[in-house]
Amino acid sequence: MSALIELLGDYTLRTVALGSALLGITSGVLGSFAVLRRQGLLGDVLSHAALPGVCLAFLLTGTRTPAVLLAGAAVSCWLGAAALFRVVEETRVSEDSVMGIVLSVFFGFGIVLLTFISKRGDAAQAGLNTYLFGQAATLVWENVVTMAALGLLAIAAVVLWYKEFKLLAFDPEFATSLGYNTRRLGLLLTSVTVVAIVIGLQTVGVVLMAAMLVGPAVAARQWTSRLSRMLVVAALVGALSGLSGALISMSQPRLPTGPMIILSLTALVVVSLLLAPERGLLWERRHRRGRRRDRGPEASGDGA
Amino acid sequence: MTSRDGAAGPPALAIRDLTVAYRDKPVLWDVDLTLPRGLLTAIIGPNGAGKTTLIKAAMDMVPALAGTVEIFGRPYREQRRLVGYVPQRTSVDWDFPTDALDVVLMGTYGELGWVRRPGRAEIARAMDCLEQVGMTAFARRQISQLSGGQQQRVFLARALAQNAELYFMDEPFAGVDATTERAIVELLKTLRARGKTLVCVHHDLQSAPDYFDWVALLNGRLIAAGPMAQAFTEENLVRTYGGRLPLPAVAGAAPA
Repeated sequence: MSALIELLGDYTLRTVALGSALLGITSGVLGSFAVLRRQGLLGDVLSHAALPGVCLAFLLTGTRTPAVLLAGAAVSCWLGAAALFRVVEETRVSEDSVMGIVLSVFFGFGIVLLTFISKRGDAAQAGLNTYLFGQAATLVWENVVTMAALGLLAIAAVVLWYKEFKLLAFDPEFATSLGYNTRRLGLLLTSVTVVAIVIGLQTVGVVLMAAMLVGPAVAARQWTSRLSRMLVVAALVGALSGLSGALISMSQPRLPTGPMIILSLTALVVVSLLLAPERGLLWERRHRRGRRRDRGPEASGDGA
Repeated sequence: MTSRDGAAGPPALAIRDLTVAYRDKPVLWDVDLTLPRGLLTAIIGPNGAGKTTLIKAAMDMVPALAGTVEIFGRPYREQRRLVGYVPQRTSVDWDFPTDALDVVLMGTYGELGWVRRPGRAEIARAMDCLEQVGMTAFARRQISQLSGGQQQRVFLARALAQNAELYFMDEPFAGVDATTERAIVELLKTLRARGKTLVCVHHDLQSAPDYFDWVALLNGRLIAAGPMAQAFTEENLVRTYGGRLPLPAVAGAAPA
């Protein structure tokens, strides 16, 4: 116990824990909309599309300042999204195929750039590849302040356009009939999602970021059937996985933070899928058996 | 708006030379359709005839290659607030985390515009609309727990909350139980009595003459349109459905 208190007094730990929690909150909220729009894979595409942006920002400016690299990431994320929507609209290729293509092309290009940078052998490149799987230990206080500001921006956007985003997620056709430009609305929501992804790149990295968007939303849906509550629960699940992943990885030597966050999240998702009332697998099974018992032995003959 | 009285003023809906294609595939050819106010009209035709496309094009939801649409004498963009819409029930995911009242409230979003949230007045109106479809007791029910018929009523209540003059409904009777079907018919008649104009995509040839005043027979082109007794003839149905005409249906039609 005293060890834990000591840990919390630690600057690095405080920074990493807070950063991870912030990332969990924003990705939980924005991921909920992605999941409800059946665009769980969109997060995967967008986060992979961030990599070339990180590398190009470094090549152009020569700095490793996270704010600069993340700005590059945001631009290339957004270009990935624009390319995706454009190709889906203009061609007959199905959406999932286009997602596969955009993801691979952007990520492949990012890896090419990353290799090119490392072959140049200049010392400053050390650390760019941490954007692949994230490295929370590199977080400093200013990064957390930036993350908090971006997170606040993303959450404020959701609060402001809550009604529009809900309508878009539930019934885009009806939204169109009311006069909303659903293309623009979708692009707006995607742009806010890009902000959420950028927040996570330093901590979780481009490869695992998709899980941070989908996981909290899937877990939260199990516990509630109201969108507003689902957003809150998803934020809590995200924050809890961020915190516990960070704490576990910091308390042991040689445990990576990003993957530990994802593993904590996975544990919460599994528990939710099994145990949640109404929708949990175990709850469902027990309930079904209970009902059969109520009907009595003579009624059990009809199967089902 | 001018008077709601049947014949006065411009027609509720005037479609001229409407042609729509998805990519290169034409769906609607040169459709002319004018509907007077205050009537129940059925759009009838085989699968793939372009029935849904017709109402979507009328609401500017799919781009038209050619043609114009006027709602009460003016382009749709200026008259949006006068139009209500009931999409096909199966077009949304009913496992979405929300309740019946919340869905009905969406009908008020159009006049609320961006950012503004529904308040007490909107909630009261939504509750009133739920009452009109006999769903008051289900206001706070999670929508996935509603039966197909109840879900359809929620969609109708949402359209009522739009407070429109002209309603487009896409298969409002599809997959509903007999009780709901009767309730919907009553609701349509009530709306007509209030002077509203209703246009429904309908698939059941047998019930069509009982439920509707007018019919538009469609199969890519408009085959015939007019009062039920004049347009809903065996000859027109054969022309609409070709060889695929479901035989018992002809019994309901007026002799050619």
